[in-house]
Amino acid sequence: MPSSGYDAACLPDLLPLYYRRLFPFAQYHRWLNYGGVQKNYFQNREFSFTLKDDIYVRYQSFSTQTELEKEMLKMNPYKIDVGAIYSHRPNQHNTVKSGTFQALEKELVFDIDMTDYDDVRSCCSAAEICSKCWTLMTIAVHILDRALRDDFGFQHLLWVYSGRRGVHCWVCDEAARKLSVAARSAVAEYLSLVKGGDETVKKVVLTDPLHPFIRESLAVVERYFPQYALHEQEILSRKESVDKVLALVPEDILFLFQCCIYEGNKAVIRSLCLQATAKKGQHFEKEIMLQYCYPRLDVNVSKGVNHLLKSPFSVHPKTGRISVPMDLEELDTFDPLAVPTIRSATVLNARVVCCEKENEKDAAERRKIRDYKRTSLAKYVKYFDQFLDGLALSWKGELLKKSDLEKDF
Amino acid sequence: MQFSGRRRKVITSPQVELYGQALQFYGQPPLENMSLSEFESFAVDRLKLLKTIENLGVSYVKLSDDYKRKLDNESRNLNFPYRPDAVPDDRKSQVGPSEYEKRRKDHISHFILRLAYCQTEDLRRWFIQQEVDLFRYRFNGLQPKQKVEFLHKNNLQYDTISVEEKKTLQDKLVNSSHNVSGITVEDQDFYKVPFQDALDLVRTRKVYLKAGYVYIPHQDIVAIVLNDFRTRLSKALALTARSLPAVHSDERLQPLLNHLSHAYVGQDYSIQKNVGKISLEQIDSLSVKSFPLCMRQLHQALRDSHHLRHGGRMQYGLFLKGIGLSLEQALQFWRSEFIRGKVDADKFDKAYAYGIRHMFGKEGKRADYTPYSCMKVILSNLPSQGDHHGCPFRHSDPELLKQKLQFYKVSPSGISQILELVKGMHYQLACQKYFELTHSIEEASFSLNHPNQYFIESQRVLGGGKDIKREVGTPQRSQENSAARGSTTDREAAAAANAAKDLPEMTEDLDSFFQDA
Repeated sequence: MPSSGYDAACLPDLLPLYYRRLFPFAQYHRWLNYGGVQKNYFQNREFSFTLKDDIYVRYQSFSTQTELEKEMLKMNPYKIDVGAIYSHRPNQHNTVKSGTFQALEKELVFDIDMTDYDDVRSCCSAAEICSKCWTLMTIAVHILDRALRDDFGFQHLLWVYSGRRGVHCWVCDEAARKLSVAARSAVAEYLSLVKGGDETVKKVVLTDPLHPFIRESLAVVERYFPQYALHEQEILSRKESVDKVLALVPEDILFLFQCCIYEGNKAVIRSLCLQATAKKGQHFEKEIMLQYCYPRLDVNVSKGVNHLLKSPFSVHPKTGRISVPMDLEELDTFDPLAVPTIRSATVLNARVVCCEKENEKDAAERRKIRDYKRTSLAKYVKYFDQFLDGLALSWKGELLKKSDLEKDF
Repeated sequence: MQFSGRRRKVITSPQVELYGQALQFYGQPPLENMSLSEFESFAVDRLKLLKTIENLGVSYVKLSDDYKRKLDNESRNLNFPYRPDAVPDDRKSQVGPSEYEKRRKDHISHFILRLAYCQTEDLRRWFIQQEVDLFRYRFNGLQPKQKVEFLHKNNLQYDTISVEEKKTLQDKLVNSSHNVSGITVEDQDFYKVPFQDALDLVRTRKVYLKAGYVYIPHQDIVAIVLNDFRTRLSKALALTARSLPAVHSDERLQPLLNHLSHAYVGQDYSIQKNVGKISLEQIDSLSVKSFPLCMRQLHQALRDSHHLRHGGRMQYGLFLKGIGLSLEQALQFWRSEFIRGKVDADKFDKAYAYGIRHMFGKEGKRADYTPYSCMKVILSNLPSQGDHHGCPFRHSDPELLKQKLQFYKVSPSGISQILELVKGMHYQLACQKYFELTHSIEEASFSLNHPNQYFIESQRVLGGGKDIKREVGTPQRSQENSAARGSTTDREAAAAANAAKDLPEMTEDLDSFFQDA
């Protein structure tokens, strides 16, 4: 990933500015408070901070939005992770009788990391990403978003760019937050099609009948495959990459392929594919497409109720990029390299503020407008607001129910 | 449950209703008096049954003919119910205990084991797993009518979908499951069940899922029932744990319950009695001579890339702890290897050292983690891209496995024997065969179920029968710490001590079964 002049040394100076002016505390609290339907939901939430010099502190918790703001400004965290809602305030967990301090609820989360695709992408490896391989993330989001909504019935999904090499999904439905470890692991496994480590060559095996979930996912992959795999990744253009593809083809079809591919005749390959699959039970071309494109999840991230995941709107200390929510309407044009960095956001903001000073605007008036509106962060916060509005409808119903029960008119 | 010493009360109340069905959810605890000796023997018998289930589950496909036959035999030998259609009628002339008495034994022994197995997360997980498998086997043996009866008696009310909806969803329903055809959809009722109640079906994608509900044909309702059973048992165990102090205050019970919960684990290699006996320089050669294939693979990967991901660090790190590495040695070992790679000393201390100390119980909740058994390595935490952990016999492509064995100089006939076992899903037997081939012995004197066991056995063979390290656990072995004994005596002693061997042949008495480590 091009460094664009980012240096982590700027963090001690820029983070305070970011937290003072740009971090959307009001929205953040609105999210994690979930309408106040459940008592102490925000207060019992665990946060963890990574401070300067890699000092890691867990079990941070806050009573109010103001306290959160104050503490963040004071501690100046380089990284912020969000954990579970516990039975007691996390920052008091040492005072609780051993065994009774428990993680109770948390959003269902998914983490898609580009490094997990290193065996099938040729443009980058490890922490690097580029516009060519980013398509993998686009595919992943489309597939998982559809499945979580249509198959599982979840409605409130927040997709967030991690800031470096992947995306996270926060499923915020009440039913999702209450899922057990076993249920989370079952959901993650339902969504997993690519299995096996370095020792496994063929990582996707399909058998008849093809489950509707697989068909739907294939439909998405097929939309992107020609452009992504054949054109951008050029998996059929160079010998080593062709050999990798051939390793996934069953032996009896193999010899047919080898002739055609080395002649570079792509049209012939296509027709052979279609002919070969007339044979019942063979899905190798689907298996190849899935192995190259289907989302690779880390089940362990989704399983644990107490798992800590990077917070939306936190800064990624290695790249300086802000973890922004992604608007799925604009998913296909999302460019991770154009995401605001802490430098671009704070610098831009400073410039704007300077200009306004010169205009002698009312100081209080200025402060009323939260600064992020004057930065590139604006559209992301706006999208987050829309997400929260949708979520709020769900707890409005709950609050009404509760007040009816308590006869609280 | 009241305990009234050795006096035995005769049951005259109409218990027929209580044991009217062969299968139950164990919702109500038994309410009768019984003798201590019956208490003990019931518990031990059930434990033997559950251990059989555990072993069969690894060597055979669950509910295959072999599996069912063996489990039938075991149930019969231990006087547990095995034919669900028998009538609970005392007056029927049968040899041995009546069906009624078998069901009573089943009921009571289940609750006794709850007391022993509710105390820790590990114990609970093990107990629940075996009880669920037992339940599955028994439910599977019921007739369809009896299954419906069971559902109704136990309040599992799920809604069916309308005929119109079935028609609309027909294709999707048929494509979601092997055993659903067009006819199934027409003939059977389909139930709409919240996905949280059908996790096993969701996990394996064997069912149609829409908007958070799974659509299940009547014939498949068993998965739901199992899930329900598992959930109920899990909750019950949590409750039982809370009332334990009262139970433990009865001095007659506490020693027995402790014995019961230790017996399941057998050897877990968690107690390090041989710390520091191994030097770091020995590890490379030990990895070739005495490590099971999974650990040899991990060691090799570590040496090659100077790094291992979390799953690999856990599996290999705990194994090393089990063979006797101290915390200091472990830290030095991992550090020196990682530094050769992309990790500098500082980063290692910050990011990885904590994890290693955690493994040794020096951080966090200070749990002293036990090295993974074969079962755990095979069944949990599947390796994915970039991982080298897991069981090579289970998780490697057969082709790659073959190449690896060739590279490690295993004979061609040996390799094909191993691959046959792998094809039959007998992964531990395959590893055992690997042991036999690499140590040039005819037949291993043990039944492999733990990588550290492999190491210890290997060291024993290579040391000419002499114990290089003193054994933990089984009484017969701890007496064998003098010089070389004949291999047959070793084998007999090992066979007698090893509870995992063919159970019908086991004749050990209660005392030796439960002797403390």
